Amino acid sequence: MAVEMLSYIEKESPVHRLSGGTKLIIFIMWSSAAMLTYDTRILLFLFIISMTIFIVSKVHIRDIAFVLIFILIFLLLNNIAIYLFSPQEGVRIYGTNHVLFEIAGRYNMTLEQIFYQFNITLKYFVVIPAALLFIVTTHPSEFAASLHRIGINYKIAYSVSLALRYIPDIQRDFRTIAQAQQARGIDLSKNEKLAKRIKNAGAIILPLILSSLDRIEVISNAMELRGFGKNKKRTWYSIKPFKRADYITIAVGAVILTVSLIITFHDGSRFYNPFL
Amino acid sequence: MKQPIIQFENVTFKYRSQQEPTLKNIDLTIHQGEKILIAGPSGSGKSTLAHCLNGLVPFSYKGEMTGSLKIQGQETKELDIFSLSKMVGTVLQDSDGQFIGLSVGEDIAFSLENNVTPHDTMMKRVADVSRLVDMDEYLDASIHALSGGQKQRVSLAGVMVDDVDILLFDEPLANLDPATGRHAIDLIDQIQKETNTTVVIIEHRLEDVLYRNVDRIIVVNDGEIVNDSSPNVLLTSDVLQRNNIREPLYIKALKYAGCLLTPQHGLAHLNTLQTEAFKDKLLHWFEQSPPAKKRTLTHPVLQLEDVSFTYSGKENNIKKVSFSIDKGEMVSIVGKNGAGKSTLSKLICGFEKNNQGKIIYHEKDITGDTIYQRAERIGMVMQNPNQMISKHMIYDEVALGLVMKGTYSEEEIRERVENTLKICGLYPFRNWPISALSFGQKKRVTIASILVLKPEIIILDEPTAGQDFYHYTEMMEFLADLNAQGITIMMITHDMHLMLEYTQRAIVIADGKVTADDSPINILTNEAIVAEANLKETSLFDLAVLTGIEEPVEFVSKFIAFDREVRKAWP
Repeated sequence: MAVEMLSYIEKESPVHRLSGGTKLIIFIMWSSAAMLTYDTRILLFLFIISMTIFIVSKVHIRDIAFVLIFILIFLLLNNIAIYLFSPQEGVRIYGTNHVLFEIAGRYNMTLEQIFYQFNITLKYFVVIPAALLFIVTTHPSEFAASLHRIGINYKIAYSVSLALRYIPDIQRDFRTIAQAQQARGIDLSKNEKLAKRIKNAGAIILPLILSSLDRIEVISNAMELRGFGKNKKRTWYSIKPFKRADYITIAVGAVILTVSLIITFHDGSRFYNPFL
Repeated sequence: MKQPIIQFENVTFKYRSQQEPTLKNIDLTIHQGEKILIAGPSGSGKSTLAHCLNGLVPFSYKGEMTGSLKIQGQETKELDIFSLSKMVGTVLQDSDGQFIGLSVGEDIAFSLENNVTPHDTMMKRVADVSRLVDMDEYLDASIHALSGGQKQRVSLAGVMVDDVDILLFDEPLANLDPATGRHAIDLIDQIQKETNTTVVIIEHRLEDVLYRNVDRIIVVNDGEIVNDSSPNVLLTSDVLQRNNIREPLYIKALKYAGCLLTPQHGLAHLNTLQTEAFKDKLLHWFEQSPPAKKRTLTHPVLQLEDVSFTYSGKENNIKKVSFSIDKGEMVSIVGKNGAGKSTLSKLICGFEKNNQGKIIYHEKDITGDTIYQRAERIGMVMQNPNQMISKHMIYDEVALGLVMKGTYSEEEIRERVENTLKICGLYPFRNWPISALSFGQKKRVTIASILVLKPEIIILDEPTAGQDFYHYTEMMEFLADLNAQGITIMMITHDMHLMLEYTQRAIVIADGKVTADDSPINILTNEAIVAEANLKETSLFDLAVLTGIEEPVEFVSKFIAFDREVRKAWP
């Protein structure tokens, strides 16, 4: 069957037991903290907590390996791009210049640049576990409810969660259509040249759109006939009420966010400078 | 006198995109607590009529509506789709597509959520309704893991949760295997009795609905009501036949035998039928009808040897399946929803690769061949033509397979495509856009696009699903013609009569295994197989037994041969 990426992973853990709303709020606070600060000490601290929570959640690395590899490749490209476009960024920020070796022109390798890019990478590693955990430990039924809880219009929240939910169905349709088209000689496998493969993919898009439109018509009629969109608000069957653990988690999250912001900004610079 | 609950007065409706009105001067009154069946061929307007009740017309599908339609005394034009959905609960045709929630409880609760019902009230109401349809133990189950019958229960609960007074079923039997369809009719009956709701069923499979009592049958054709009477009265007339709706088979047999039917004969059900009155005529007809022809077998064209397959890598979905198909055969593959019929056809076409076993074509092992290599020998027509069509014009769509090969000249392609279009009766439309075709015609285009590659075997998934009796006959006669020209045909179907009528052999799949491989009539008279594979016996057989005919199997065969001859005379 098609690879199901980024879908809910059923496990019994404290992270799974938290309400989806809590996880979303924590995720937002966590990413704000990680985005705003360049303070290596804070990033390391957040990183250690991220890793701990990840272990507590009992989600295995292999369950999310595909997405993780994808993100890591992106991270690598990002690092290369940063170096190509501003090789002297570290020197500019930290004000010192410890050259390790020269490459060509303005491209040299400095301790400052390495340290700067290390910080960037660390930011990714702080946010990645939080983002992935929010997605794979929140039951899809609760997903829309959590978005709605933080004030997003429920129609938008529901559209997002329906879209996520239909990804496996669309993948299945795609597979069936691709097989049927292959039977007529429209090959999408590696035996065909890339240009031809891209052209052939067109033969799958039209049937895929048509059958998806059928699907959309049915589901939108079904929703309308059962009163979706009638009121400004709606309630949720599968919402998890906030429990003590949720309040504690949010409180701890808020404290971490505040403290990390105070430490980051107290000396007027977002960077921690070990070179001084 | 009962209260009228639905009143159509001179209702005419024209869709915005169409020239002619789809409904014309409809006058119809339905009373509180009645159970009504609305039947009609494709395009007759019966779905539009249903959409008027639930508000999809005119609120979602726009158009012009004149006349007056009152539901519970309120003019629908002055309401909106949401207030209507409080009065009329609709169970849609598509048993999978209409689920919104992921778990049983969530789906049942959907309407309550939209009504801002507090969480504790909602939980209680969901528990109550699920008990009513016997699904209270499955509240946390994922909908995808349910059987077809259970899904039907959930979708029913999802509309009943609103305490509606009218339940509307839009083709509830489509896509269900025969036994599940029968349970669905039972369920509707039971719910109606328990809750005293008014029930409106839209369905063209009349005999299956009549399995339980119906108060009135409304026949719609060309946007007009052509019949409004009790089943017993309707069945004496020729209204069904004139409007291309299949009559119950036992009624058809009585008519062929020249029996004079009156409403007093208890025609609506086989168990109320006064068989004594018809005994002599039926026996006489049986004796003077010529015996049905038997076909002789040739040599095997396709053989499966111990084929096994698994999707998940754990349990096998197909378990050691072996059978052999002879050249020129027409074979049905039947069984429950989810038994593995589609998977098996995918294995034969190479869409999936079997883990074990061999697939042999003309004594040559083709297990290792690719989809493309197999496509020249075995063609597959999927159930939904929209999943196959990738061009805008009919000619281009049919030519696609040949063009992709790249070895034919334009002249050769033209000749082959035109020949195929002629065989499929599509030649006059060759320069039409596909979007202008009806569902049945689209299906023909997909068959043509497979035929043009000249495969020896064609596998069709539900070739007649969603088509009325006229189009069913047209499609099946077309396939029978192809078969007569030497093409071997395998069909996956839930239609028991199709299997009886058009195929000489049926392979029953249950739980990934072949559990029977015999003539359709032998299969349908074997109670154990019928029960295990969710099939349904034919009323013809029961009729023959009830009237004391000694060779009921032969009676069924004779009827089918006779009936097909009669229908061949159709325009």
